[in-house]
Amino acid sequence: MNAPVTAAVVGRDLRIALVGNPNSGKTALFNALTGGRAKVANYAGVTVERKEGFLTTPAGRRVSVLDLPGTYSLRARSPDEEVTRDVVLGRLAGESAPDLIVAVADATNLRLVLRLLLELKETGCPMVLALNMIDIAQRQGIDIDVEALSRELGCPVTTTVATRKRGLDALAALVDQAAERNEAHGAVVWHAPDAGEIRAAHHRAARIHKLAVLPPKRPDTWTGKIDSVLLHPVAGVVILTAILFLMFQAVFSWATPAMDLIKAGFDWLSLQVTTYLPHGVLESLLADGIISGVGSVLVFLPQIMILFFFIILLEDFGYMARAAFLMDRIMGGAGLHGRAFIPLLSSFACAIPGIMSTRVIDQKRDRLTTILVAPLMTCSARIPVYTLIISAFIPNRTLWGFINLQGLVMLGLYVAGMVSALAVAFVFRKIFWRGQSEPFIMELPAYKAPDALNVARNVLLRAEIFLKRAGTTILSMMVLIWFLATVPRPPTGAPGPAIDYSFAGMIGHAIQPLLAPIGFNWQMAVALVPGMAAREVAVGALGTVYAIGEDKPGQLAATLSSHWSLATALAFLAWYVFAPQCASTLAVVKRETNAWRWPIIMFVYMISLAYLAAFVTYQVASHLGG
Amino acid sequence: METKKSMNVQWRRPLKAEFVGSLPPGVQRLADVRRGARGEVLTVSTDGMDGVPEAERDELERRLLEIGFVEGARLEVLHEGFIGRDPIAVRLDDMRVALRRREAQGVLVRLDR
Repeated sequence: MNAPVTAAVVGRDLRIALVGNPNSGKTALFNALTGGRAKVANYAGVTVERKEGFLTTPAGRRVSVLDLPGTYSLRARSPDEEVTRDVVLGRLAGESAPDLIVAVADATNLRLVLRLLLELKETGCPMVLALNMIDIAQRQGIDIDVEALSRELGCPVTTTVATRKRGLDALAALVDQAAERNEAHGAVVWHAPDAGEIRAAHHRAARIHKLAVLPPKRPDTWTGKIDSVLLHPVAGVVILTAILFLMFQAVFSWATPAMDLIKAGFDWLSLQVTTYLPHGVLESLLADGIISGVGSVLVFLPQIMILFFFIILLEDFGYMARAAFLMDRIMGGAGLHGRAFIPLLSSFACAIPGIMSTRVIDQKRDRLTTILVAPLMTCSARIPVYTLIISAFIPNRTLWGFINLQGLVMLGLYVAGMVSALAVAFVFRKIFWRGQSEPFIMELPAYKAPDALNVARNVLLRAEIFLKRAGTTILSMMVLIWFLATVPRPPTGAPGPAIDYSFAGMIGHAIQPLLAPIGFNWQMAVALVPGMAAREVAVGALGTVYAIGEDKPGQLAATLSSHWSLATALAFLAWYVFAPQCASTLAVVKRETNAWRWPIIMFVYMISLAYLAAFVTYQVASHLGG
Repeated sequence: METKKSMNVQWRRPLKAEFVGSLPPGVQRLADVRRGARGEVLTVSTDGMDGVPEAERDELERRLLEIGFVEGARLEVLHEGFIGRDPIAVRLDDMRVALRRREAQGVLVRLDR
């Protein structure tokens, strides 16, 4: 490695990188240092989030702060950890080695991080150590000899409390001093350690630990007490179920007013466009393509924010690792990691945040399997479709005095989604990875009271990322689908709905013979094309092809029940359990996996399953006299 | 499904004869230790593990070491999963670690008397 050109020489910003174990409060320290203003992007060529912020030191230096993914070792095992390794080694394309590593350690849990610090020393990059959460360590009576630690590690050490913004100036002053010393980077002597070298490093780390750290006089007993309830075989499962129930209640009921507001806003916008713009292509592109298309996805923003609020709150508290522990056996049966539980859960609101949150899964194979099955979970965009068909075809009858038949069908559709997700995951593991399973080894962090500001910031960050997706990837998909459904326009005075003359109409008519064995008529085939925008768009699209206004859902249900057989309706429901009727999901999978291969596999397997399920449903129901 | 069932049974069963022969008295694989047991890590050894292919063992050994299963570390089994007593949560010196019994086969524990 060449001696890097230091910041002082070139006059560019000094660059520091935060490195530490997971749960060391690294992100809280990043927020405290940068005021929470982060630029979020992806590292070039990989789908790992790159978070950068800026700090001004006491000496007035502008410093770029990079928040690297948490890791226990530079011997990277996941794409996130590879980024950490490659950045500190200066190996990542488009990213030079930082001028200074700020190692972040949880002062209450130093044993493991010491070994990581020894590895970081081998990168040759100058380093300072921040002992974070020092307040908790002091409360527990952990005595840390900062000077001894600094001497043994050969780097400056300071203490911080990121959540209370304590010790930040001292840390920034250390950054200044490092900048003034303007040390050249040493030689990189790091290589991936083998088991023997890890053992040797542990022994060195243990020696330093013994020298500099006295064990807690008042150890944390809360975590043990809380765990004995939350990990209890009965109570733990009951509490997990209750938390999930609360989350669902929140996602579906608290979000409604905000969703109604967003929908009304987009309707109003669309009305303005149709009122003030001359009737024509531009008006249609704006109103029917962009506004209603993006609106149909943005309407999920409140649900996504509420969902992430719960996820981030539980993660910061330390509960997510416990949920993964409780669910691991069930997920493991399908070859999934316990951590896959949360992304799959999120997918009940919308597969997009679900797929985005698979980043918590370290292993690439586990993550891909989770991404591939996430859209099988019943997302809230399916609800309008299910509700329409159920209300039109399933009698509102009560079975055995207390079970509502319509509710039972709805529940059945949810269960079908969940069971098929687990089954498909199981099959994918067998096909793609020949049943290899990743080890499940995970730290259960000590419980901590979540910091309100931190939670709020992270929720807003998720919302921002979703909006960016909606503004770029999703928007372009919507324009494409609008184009298909609008162009070419019908000849003047032509009978029938306009969509019938468009490319969507042509595609619909062309594929209708293929769909005949599953009982779909040409109206349904045509509606499936714009229905690719988002699942609930199918309701509006059916209204369009049957020439009924969207504002008359009752009339649409009546029309459908007179035009469709029960077998067709059931086949349509079966189709919607599996079909990849969501271009945004496919686009997000492309972004998250950085390859066309995975969205294509997803599309093919989902549409095959949808066809098969609809075929079986239609044929069986027809023969039974539907 | 077949393998899952047999794995379930395996954890409740005492160790296979061949390992019992080779393990000193008072030493058990962490995979076979029940809740409440205390002891210290004797060594991490992935030899003779069930259901872990040869190729994955070296990686598993390093992973166990990296999360803190080092020779001499104090250990206590705190919790067991509600299905098949799997995974398990252990206290490892000052921290807590969750792992599946499949992976826990790699840790040999000298139990306190």
